[in-house]
Amino acid sequence: MTTTATDSASSGQVDRRSRDDRVPGLQLSGISKDLGGRTIVHSMDLTVPQGELICLLGPSGCGKTTTLRMIGGFLTPDAGRLTIAGRDFTYAPPEKRPTAMVFQNYALWPHMSVTGNIAFGLKIRKLSKAEIREKVDWALELVHLTHHRDTMPARISGGEQQRVALARALVLEPQVLLLDEPLSNLDAKLRIQVREDIREIQQRLGITTVLVTHDQDEALSVADRIAVMNGGRIEHNAEPTTLYSRPRTAFVASFVGAMNWIESGPSGGGIPLQDGTILPSDHLSADHGDRIGLRPEDLLPAPAGTEGTAPAEVERSIPRGHYREVVLRCGGTELRSYTALNLAEGETVGLRAGRALVYSDGELQGGEAAGAGEAQAFERRAAVQRAVASDALDSGPDSGGSGPEPDPAADRSALA
Amino acid sequence: MASMDLMAPPGANTGLALAEPVPVRPSRVKARIGRVIAGILGVLLLIFILGPLVWMGIAAFAKQWKYPSMLPQSWTLSFWSQVFSSQGLLPALGLSVRFAVLATLASCVICLPAAYAMGRMRFPGRKVILIGLFATNAFPKMGLFVSIATLFYWMNLMNTQLGVVIVQALGTVVTMTWIPAAAFASVPPSLIEAARDAGAGRLRVFFSITFRLALPGIMVAVVLAFLACFDEAQGTYLIGAPNYITLPTKMYALAVNAPIQSAAVFAIVLCIPSIILMLLVRKSVMGGQLAEGFQLK
Repeated sequence: MTTTATDSASSGQVDRRSRDDRVPGLQLSGISKDLGGRTIVHSMDLTVPQGELICLLGPSGCGKTTTLRMIGGFLTPDAGRLTIAGRDFTYAPPEKRPTAMVFQNYALWPHMSVTGNIAFGLKIRKLSKAEIREKVDWALELVHLTHHRDTMPARISGGEQQRVALARALVLEPQVLLLDEPLSNLDAKLRIQVREDIREIQQRLGITTVLVTHDQDEALSVADRIAVMNGGRIEHNAEPTTLYSRPRTAFVASFVGAMNWIESGPSGGGIPLQDGTILPSDHLSADHGDRIGLRPEDLLPAPAGTEGTAPAEVERSIPRGHYREVVLRCGGTELRSYTALNLAEGETVGLRAGRALVYSDGELQGGEAAGAGEAQAFERRAAVQRAVASDALDSGPDSGGSGPEPDPAADRSALA
Repeated sequence: MASMDLMAPPGANTGLALAEPVPVRPSRVKARIGRVIAGILGVLLLIFILGPLVWMGIAAFAKQWKYPSMLPQSWTLSFWSQVFSSQGLLPALGLSVRFAVLATLASCVICLPAAYAMGRMRFPGRKVILIGLFATNAFPKMGLFVSIATLFYWMNLMNTQLGVVIVQALGTVVTMTWIPAAAFASVPPSLIEAARDAGAGRLRVFFSITFRLALPGIMVAVVLAFLACFDEAQGTYLIGAPNYITLPTKMYALAVNAPIQSAAVFAIVLCIPSIILMLLVRKSVMGGQLAEGFQLK
């Protein structure tokens, strides 16, 4: 029974996939929305290819939920056009759209059983009893809730309610699945499990999905692409790895992942710190700017006095399981580093930066070719590191001797 | 404490323990006093509510009951037979039920749409209307009924069934608007949006979700309204008498003219339909649904 249900449903999926893949699953062009006299979304453009999961990521009030509600039809855009698989749905009400939403609080109808909730939309579509049964079975199977088919929503856990909400949305075979902070009401462990489930189901069904979240971890771990929103605009729309390694704006850089900020431009081929010490960097994205961002994993501690490093003191060393989070004081600046080294508090180390992102007016400078694949970036970075490593060997003498005792930072700051 | 013990030398340890007085658990004593006070208040409340009922129950069977005796000197059932054999008891009961049902239905038709508007829509003057409805209860009933009577004379509604139904329905307006309005308002918007998202049109959303979820609150209001209509005496008497005599108006007359025992018997008879109704709806009212209906926001 259940296998046939799955089969019929997955054959439905084949239909979905066989549609013209060049037509975007979802397209927003110039969408704007004012609410209460305030512009919430500014002329937004967004294209989501068929079958992709895009994450709208941003702080509260950035317009991500408003955007999602416009896609779902709960709000009408003031300007712009919204198409789903090539068809215009800008002004269609929610009941006339091929979208299905999973609400933040699940919004399960408390007076209907799990089956009743899932079957509601199918009954409206006037499907036969047998068809409804088959589809409900398929959806329950999909979210592993077959044993709760007759339970009332109030009697199941938050994670299970979440899965019912997902099943209720998926059973309608929507062209676009909308997820509004679907995991924010779950505890940490369950959140990771459910987000993996969501991703797995989304990929299996090949369904175009928009996920709204303020949790960067969630976005990085499930999305094909992430659109970081701020003040009603998309600041950066890219693959997770690109977004993380080359955030286009300082806002995106701070919002996604941790970042050490140095409030000055590069000088002397390195990063000037508070007291003028220059922190050597393997790769500066540009030579000019007003702000430098360093990812914690791009701060590379080495034994004290190592060639091409600035001295730093370990202020705090926090074990994080497979790595350590270390707070270092270097040249009067506090820096946070993730390292595999087992550093003790009070220890002196030599510090060097890997990749440094240089920003000017909040924009990334020399961000290499936009849209370049992240594999290339990694390749380049590895090459740079190799070059720097050999460079360090070659240029040993001119940076203050290779002995373990001398203080290279003093020399460097003297030079600067 | 444990870490302190480890750190302090043994001698200092005892001094430390003495310096810190051992708590005497005052909370438990306080809790006991609180419980006693709550118990006394509860008993007083019980006497206040049940006392008159008990008195009524005894009086209905008393032949002679003189102060200061706690119980009647002699008992009789004669007042029961007297009341039941009196003319017009059954017709009065029938009329009471009929008027109460009609008035409640009329109230539903008029008040529920208003309640929906108050609960789910935002329009100018909403607050004023809600407070205004409530304010109608501030005026003395009899004064209102007299002015209504003047109006009804002019409209030829005096001594008509329609007049009685209108007067009874009027008394339920506050209950039938406020409680269902709160019930409608407490339906989470996301449940309605989810239904529209699933493809439901406005009518289906209303009947499958909004109305269904507000139903417990509406049921509470309907029961309260029915009981209010069933027990309504002043307006019914003024508008309906002498053509339409319901149980409460009959009792109204009895309370003044007949021996106290007859009135007591009558009051008990009048209680019966209310109690039956309460028992019937007990499940939906007590089974958490009442609480659900009252989730005011």
